[in-house]
Amino acid sequence: MSDLLFTNARLIDPEAGTDAIGWLRVAEGRITETGSGPAPDPAAGDQLVDCGGKCLAPGIVDLGVKVCEPGERHKESYRSAGQAAAAGGVTTIVTRPDTAPTIDSPETLEFVTRRAQADAPVNVLPMAALTKGRQGREMTEIGFLMDAGAVAFTDCDHVVTETKVLSRALTYARSLGALVIGHPQEPGLSQGAAATSGKFASLRGLPAVSPMAERMGLDRDIALVEMTGARYHADQITTARALPALERAKANGLDITAGVDIHHLTLNEFDVANYRTFFKLKPPLRSEDDRQAVIEAVRSGLIDIICSMHTPQDEESKRLPFEEAASGAVGLETLLPAALRLYHSGDLSLPQLFRAMALNPAQRLGLEAGRLAADAPADLVLFDPDAPFVLDRFKLKSKSKNTPFDGGRMQGRVLATYVAGLPVYRRD
Amino acid sequence: MSFAHRHLLGIEPLSQQDIVTILDLAETYVDLNRQSAKHADVLAGLTQINMFFENSTRTQASFELAGKRLGADVMNMAMQASSIKKGETLIDTAMTLNAMHPDLLVVRHPHSGAVDLLAQKVNCAVLNAGDGKHEHPTQALLDALTIRRAKGRLHRLNIAICGDISHSRVARSNLILLGKMENRIRLIGPPTLMPAGIGEFGVEVYDDMREGLKDVDVVMMLRLQKERMDGGFIPSEREYYHRYGLDAEKLALAKPDAIVMHPGPMNRGVEIDGTLADDINRSVIQEQVEMGVAVRMAAMELLAQNLAAETRR
Repeated sequence: MSDLLFTNARLIDPEAGTDAIGWLRVAEGRITETGSGPAPDPAAGDQLVDCGGKCLAPGIVDLGVKVCEPGERHKESYRSAGQAAAAGGVTTIVTRPDTAPTIDSPETLEFVTRRAQADAPVNVLPMAALTKGRQGREMTEIGFLMDAGAVAFTDCDHVVTETKVLSRALTYARSLGALVIGHPQEPGLSQGAAATSGKFASLRGLPAVSPMAERMGLDRDIALVEMTGARYHADQITTARALPALERAKANGLDITAGVDIHHLTLNEFDVANYRTFFKLKPPLRSEDDRQAVIEAVRSGLIDIICSMHTPQDEESKRLPFEEAASGAVGLETLLPAALRLYHSGDLSLPQLFRAMALNPAQRLGLEAGRLAADAPADLVLFDPDAPFVLDRFKLKSKSKNTPFDGGRMQGRVLATYVAGLPVYRRD
Repeated sequence: MSFAHRHLLGIEPLSQQDIVTILDLAETYVDLNRQSAKHADVLAGLTQINMFFENSTRTQASFELAGKRLGADVMNMAMQASSIKKGETLIDTAMTLNAMHPDLLVVRHPHSGAVDLLAQKVNCAVLNAGDGKHEHPTQALLDALTIRRAKGRLHRLNIAICGDISHSRVARSNLILLGKMENRIRLIGPPTLMPAGIGEFGVEVYDDMREGLKDVDVVMMLRLQKERMDGGFIPSEREYYHRYGLDAEKLALAKPDAIVMHPGPMNRGVEIDGTLADDINRSVIQEQVEMGVAVRMAAMELLAQNLAAETRR
């Protein structure tokens, strides 16, 4: 196989924190060399890719993607999710187990691994449930599931309310070095909520949850991590009030990381406006103060990971009164353009964004990806950070079109995506 | 007379002038309704469908009567017994009805925003007869008309809204309307029945009813929405009545000519003393019901006019 030589590229290196013109060489699916300035003379047989000064960054590692196989293939399949990921510059999707049935046994995990290998053009790493059926009663076969390829364990938005069950699962997971992903929320407060409590929810008459419910959930989980020594990741931290607890836990040396989805970084509760159900998320959109605090936490590194929290829903489940409508939004294809809003607004630099979208999630999962260094896998995204467009949801490759960015003005487009040095997407 | 709204979904989109327009027109219907011949056939030939997804006696009757007095063909649909039970979605129901070409659709629904959603899918004018905890615009309008007639004005009044604010769409619509008309609003109730973020509404909040009632011109009581409660908002009915029930003693703290209002149906002995509710010198509760028909006639006439103008364009 001939070498690939990317020239005249704006290299976004999250590890070094640099954003500068340079070149990058790929051989046999891996990065072999990078350098700044003009590229060296190509060797015979080199395949040249002139990046035209556009950005070349490590491919996005999206932690927490829902692909609706098994169970609801009409909402999203491995084929459609894989294509959406490729078009969005996502080179690794880490899938959630909240399917029907739940991915809670080695057999179901093997099924999705097989489906992913057959149909998805990007890397797919499955997560498995922490408890059987995500019921919060009995732990899953964590050992067998790890052997079958599970990279992390989570009950997704089902909080394990039985503290004893969770403490045992965390203890057992620690003995295997397994990563457990929690959803910090006090379900006693958040049950039935469709919005964050405050002026907006009160005006709209929507059942609402106090932002404090997130902190209460996080406080409990942190105490259990301290007790058990488990490796823990909080899937979404979306409120200012949860941040001090997270900061203390990290300062105390606990093995804790935290994520946030792109929607909570770019939208707030007022975007729901007249009961627009595509903006109904779990947890619900927060106040602008919370949004600003969470952006600051990503900048400082307190929040480690930005994800899409890709959650496909069909039209029927969204075309309902707000309280009855399903939660969640698709995000694989809009993650990067939406994240670039934070770059254009001056909130985050491109290396900071790719630290949170590629480097940190890869490292948390023990992957070599997420870097622009020699020997790293050649999972790359080439994008134009400035190209403007108006998002049309019907042009998304996902089978489900439930994006809150429909009709939104976006700036930044993926030009090409490479997985192990091979192009999986190219914009015509 | 201009009223450029396709629907009446809430008070929020209305301007001061819109509100005055509706109330002025309603005044003429108050007079008409007091005559023995009560017909004004401005809606003749039009079809009005009342769709109530939530039980209602008085509001539905009021809308029905309003439509009939204006000459519309009125149909009531008891949605609780209908196809919704067979699994049909709200939007499918709306599309089905839309195909029958109604001109006015009066909708009540237990979920906030459901009437907005339905309005997006039909060609006729939609009147919100109460959606979840969101709005109940005709109730706020009839309250406004009642106040204006009793007090001679609808601005610069001290108005107390008392009780279960958090579950009440009546409170929300009134809060918005009375605020738009530049009144001073006090909310009185236990903190467990106050909506979150209430401090940002530009109102004064009291958990002591005696303090809150001092020198007010209007006392608006709310029904304690027992059926909406998950349980545990108040310790007991009798403690609630003791602290937040309106009786002669508490009312004595308000202005001597303060009026007492209630959207009905009342829980006598829970939020209001029965004798007080019947005191024709203080209570305007019966007048509120009367104003309800007039206000609904006015609202439907204005929407129908607007619809006709739109069709001509």
